[in-house]
Amino acid sequence: MLRKLTLALAAAALMPAGMVSAEGKLSIYHWFEYIPQELLDKFSAETGIEVTMDTFDSNEAMLANLKAGKMGTYDVAVPGDYMVEIMIGEGLLDTIADGELANMDNIETQWLEVPFDPGRKHSIPYQWGSTSFSVNRDVYAGDIRTTAIVFDPPDELKGRINILDSQGEVMLLASMHLGIPQCTNDREQLKALDDLLQSAKGHWASFNSDGAKDVLVSGDAAVGMIWNGFSSKAREEGANVEYSYPREGLIVWMDNVVLLQDAPNRDNALKFMDFLLEPENVAAVTNFARYSAGVKGVVDLLEEGLKSQPEAIPPADAPAGTFIQVCDQATQEVYDAIWTRLKK
Amino acid sequence: MARNSAVRHYPGFLSATLACLFILYAPLVVVMGYSFNASQSITVWGGFSLRWYHEVFVGTESAKFKSAAWNSVTIATAAAILSTSIATAAALGMVRGGWFRGKALSFALLTMPIMVPEIVTAVATLIFFSAIGLVLGYGSILIAHVVFCIPFAFLPIAARLQGIEPHYEEAAQDLYADRGQIFRHVLLPLMMPGVLAGFLLAFIISLDDFIITNFIKGSGVETLPTAIFGAVKQGIKPNIMALSTLLLLVSSLFVSVSYMVGSLGNRGGRSRSGKRGS
Amino acid sequence: MTGAGNDRLNRSGAFRSVRTALLLPSWLVIGVFLLVPVFLMLVFSFLTKEFRGGVIWEFSLAAYDQFIFDRGLFGDEPPTIEWTYITIFCRSILQAAVATVLCLILGFPTAYFIATRDSRHRMVWLFLVTVPYWVNLLIRTVSMKFLIRDNGPLNELLLALGAISQPLTLINTDFAVQLGLFYSYLPFMVLPVYASVERYDFSLSEAAADLYAGRWTILRRVVFPVVRPGIVAGCILVFIPSLGAFLAPDLLGGAKNFMIGSLIEEQFKGNAGNWPFGAAVAMILLSMVLIALMIHARQQSRTEVG
Repeated sequence: MLRKLTLALAAAALMPAGMVSAEGKLSIYHWFEYIPQELLDKFSAETGIEVTMDTFDSNEAMLANLKAGKMGTYDVAVPGDYMVEIMIGEGLLDTIADGELANMDNIETQWLEVPFDPGRKHSIPYQWGSTSFSVNRDVYAGDIRTTAIVFDPPDELKGRINILDSQGEVMLLASMHLGIPQCTNDREQLKALDDLLQSAKGHWASFNSDGAKDVLVSGDAAVGMIWNGFSSKAREEGANVEYSYPREGLIVWMDNVVLLQDAPNRDNALKFMDFLLEPENVAAVTNFARYSAGVKGVVDLLEEGLKSQPEAIPPADAPAGTFIQVCDQATQEVYDAIWTRLKK
Repeated sequence: MARNSAVRHYPGFLSATLACLFILYAPLVVVMGYSFNASQSITVWGGFSLRWYHEVFVGTESAKFKSAAWNSVTIATAAAILSTSIATAAALGMVRGGWFRGKALSFALLTMPIMVPEIVTAVATLIFFSAIGLVLGYGSILIAHVVFCIPFAFLPIAARLQGIEPHYEEAAQDLYADRGQIFRHVLLPLMMPGVLAGFLLAFIISLDDFIITNFIKGSGVETLPTAIFGAVKQGIKPNIMALSTLLLLVSSLFVSVSYMVGSLGNRGGRSRSGKRGS
Repeated sequence: MTGAGNDRLNRSGAFRSVRTALLLPSWLVIGVFLLVPVFLMLVFSFLTKEFRGGVIWEFSLAAYDQFIFDRGLFGDEPPTIEWTYITIFCRSILQAAVATVLCLILGFPTAYFIATRDSRHRMVWLFLVTVPYWVNLLIRTVSMKFLIRDNGPLNELLLALGAISQPLTLINTDFAVQLGLFYSYLPFMVLPVYASVERYDFSLSEAAADLYAGRWTILRRVVFPVVRPGIVAGCILVFIPSLGAFLAPDLLGGAKNFMIGSLIEEQFKGNAGNWPFGAAVAMILLSMVLIALMIHARQQSRTEVG
C-alpha cells in the first residue's frame, strides 16, 4: 500500500503539467487539510483519474480568486452554504442534470432541500456543523443557553469574550438575540442591531476566527464564539468548556461540493461527487475533519469518540438550525456599514 | 589601540543586541517546545512525544508539506538571487549615474512594490496574469516574488553604495581598468555587505509571503505559507511547529556550512590577494 | 593639461554612461508586472462596484465619496465629514511610527555592534538575526501571543522575579501591536544599518575624540550623519510595510479596530466585496507614501549635488 502510494506520488511529481493521462484529470479547489490524502489516492486508484488540488483559506478569498480570473481552471470547489447561493447568483456554477449523479439518493432527506440550493441542482453536502459559543465552566456556572452571554454578559465574563471575525455569523447571532429576521430592511431593526453591537463591543476582548479554539484552551477567553467541531477539540485538549445551544436560535453551516461552470473535466467532476456520496468515503472525511456528513449510513462508520460528542447532539428542546441568509444589495450595504462602524 | 576601542564601543549596545536576540528567539523556544507536545494543543502541554515529527515525515499530509517546503525554499533562493542582481544594477545606476531627469520618479518606481498593499498587488496581479494568459504556477509565483523583493534588496545596497566614495573607481580608472573590472574587483567587494543584506532580506520576505502567493499560485502548487495558512481551518497543530523546528534546523545547518566554507574561502581569498599584491 | 581635463570627464563616472542599461531591468520588471496592475487598480477605484466583488465598467466617484463623506447608516442623510477612515489612517500611521522608532532604538545598536565585530564573526551575527525568519510569520506571531498572554510565561517570569505584583495585561493592547510590528520587521532595520555602519571609518570617531567630543556626541554628530542612508533605508523598510500590516494587529491587538491593511483586505476578501473602495483606499495610501518618498528623494539628490 505504502509502496503503491509512493509510486503514485513519484509519478505525479514526475509528470509534466501538460501531460494528460488516458483517464484524464480532476482539478479541485478546496480548503487545505480538509480532505485526507488517502481518500484522494483511493479515488485515483479506483478511476485512474489524476487529481490536483489547489487550496484557499476563506470562502470570500475563493470567490475573489474565481472572479479575478481562475474560472475554467477548476472542476469542483468546496464553498460554504451562503457562498453556494452567491455563486449560483453570480452564474459561477454548472447545473447537475437529473440522473447525472447515481448516488444522489444517498443524501440525507433534510439536506436535499436546502435554502441555498433548492433541489440540489449545483451542489452536494460535504460536511456540516453548527456555530454558537462555548463558555468556560470554571469561570461561570450559570445558565449559558442564552445569547445574552455574548451580547449582555454577566460581570464575570465581561472583557473575556472572543468573537468570530466573520460578519455573517456575528450579524445572525445578534439578530437572533434581538429576535429580528435576518437581512431585515426595517430601519428601526437595523438601528437596533447597530446599537446592540456598539454596546456589546465594550465587553469583547478580541475578534479571532483561526484562534477561536486556542483562546479557549489557553484560558485567554472565558467565552468564545465557535464552531461545534472546534469546541469539541478544545474540550479534548483539556479546556472545561461547554458548548451552548442558545434558546434564541442556532446557526448551522454546511460546506458543499459544487460543480463549477466551464469545468475542464466535467465528467470526472461528477465521478468525484458520486465518490463523495458513498457513505464509506464521506465517513473518512468526517473522521478526519470531525464535523458531520449529510449522507445516509455514515453514522455507523464513524469513530467511537465522534458518535458521542455533546457538541454534535443538541438538547431535545434546541431550536431548529438557521443558515446564514444572503442579503440583497441594499441590506448588505447597511450590514457592511454596521460592521465597519463596529471595527472603526 | 585602547583609545581606538574606547570610541568604537558603546556601553549598552551589547545589551541592546542581546535584547533583540531575546525577543527574536523567545517565541522560537515556544515553537520548538510545543513541537514535542503529545497533545494536539499549542497552548496546553500534554507530555513529551515525537508524534508530530513522525507525522511530518511519514504522515498523510507529509508529501504536501515537503513539496511546499521545497517550493518555498527554491522560490525564495531564486527570487533573492534575481532580485538582488536587478537591484544591484539599479543601485549602481541610481547612486553612480549622476543626476538625471526623473530620478525621483525612478526611485519611487523602485520602492513601489512595498508601497502597494499586498492584497491590492495580489488581486491586480492575478487579473493581469489572467488577462495576458500567463499560466499560473511556479513561474508566476517566481515573477511576483522577484517584483516585490526588489525594494528590499535595493534599499540596503543603495545605502551602502552611498557610503562608498567615488575615489576607488576613479583610481581604478586611472589604472585603465575597464568598467567590468572596476565593478568586479573594486566596487563589488566594497558593496558586498550591502548586497548580502539585500539578499538576506529578499530571501526572508519571499519565504514568508502569503497574500500574493495565495492569489497567483496555480493548481497543485503550494508554498509553506499557503499550506500553513490553509491548515488553520483545522486549528494550528503542533505538526506545523515540528515543521518549523525542522526548517530552523536546516537553516542553522546551512548557516554553519556557509560559515565554514566562508572562512575557508576567506583564507583562500586572502592568499590570492596577497599574491596579487606581491 | 588637456589630458587631465579628459581624465576628469571620464572620472565623472564609469557607470554614468551605462546608467539607463543598469536601470532598465528593474524598470521593465516593475513596470510590467507591478505598474500595469497598479494602473488597473487606479482605474478600478473610479469604477462602479459590482455587488459581491468585481467592478462594473462605469465611471463613478462613489469610492472616494465614501472615504470623505458620511451619509449616515442608510446613506440618505446630508453629508458630513467621515472620520472613520481618517481615524483608521491615523491609528495605522501612529502604530507604524512607534514600531519604526522601536526598531531604530534597538536595531541601530544591534547593527553597530555587529559591524564592530571581527569580520569573520559578522556573518554569524547577521544570520542569527535572520534565521528566526525561516519560521512563518503566522507561527511566530501565534507564539509571541502565547508568551505575552495574561497567565503566560512572560508574566510568570516577571512575577517570580518580583518585578510586578499583578500580571500585566499585554494581549489585545496597542503595545502588543507595536511589539508585533517590531518583531515582524526588525531585520529590515538591522541589515541596511549594518551595511552602512560596516563602511564607517572609525578614524573619524577618533579624530572627534581627539577634539574632546564625548562618546554620545560623536555618535550623534559624527556617526549618524555618515550612516544616515542606511538608517533612512531601514526606516522606509520598516515603516511602509507596517502601515499595511494586518497579521500582528489582528492576532496580538485583537482585531477590534481596523488598520489600513485589514480595512483594504476586508474590501477584497471580506463580506463587503467592495473592490473600487478597496482600490481607492490603496491609492490614497499609495499617493501619500509616494509623495513623502519623492520629497525625500528630491532632497537627497539636492544634497548630493550641493
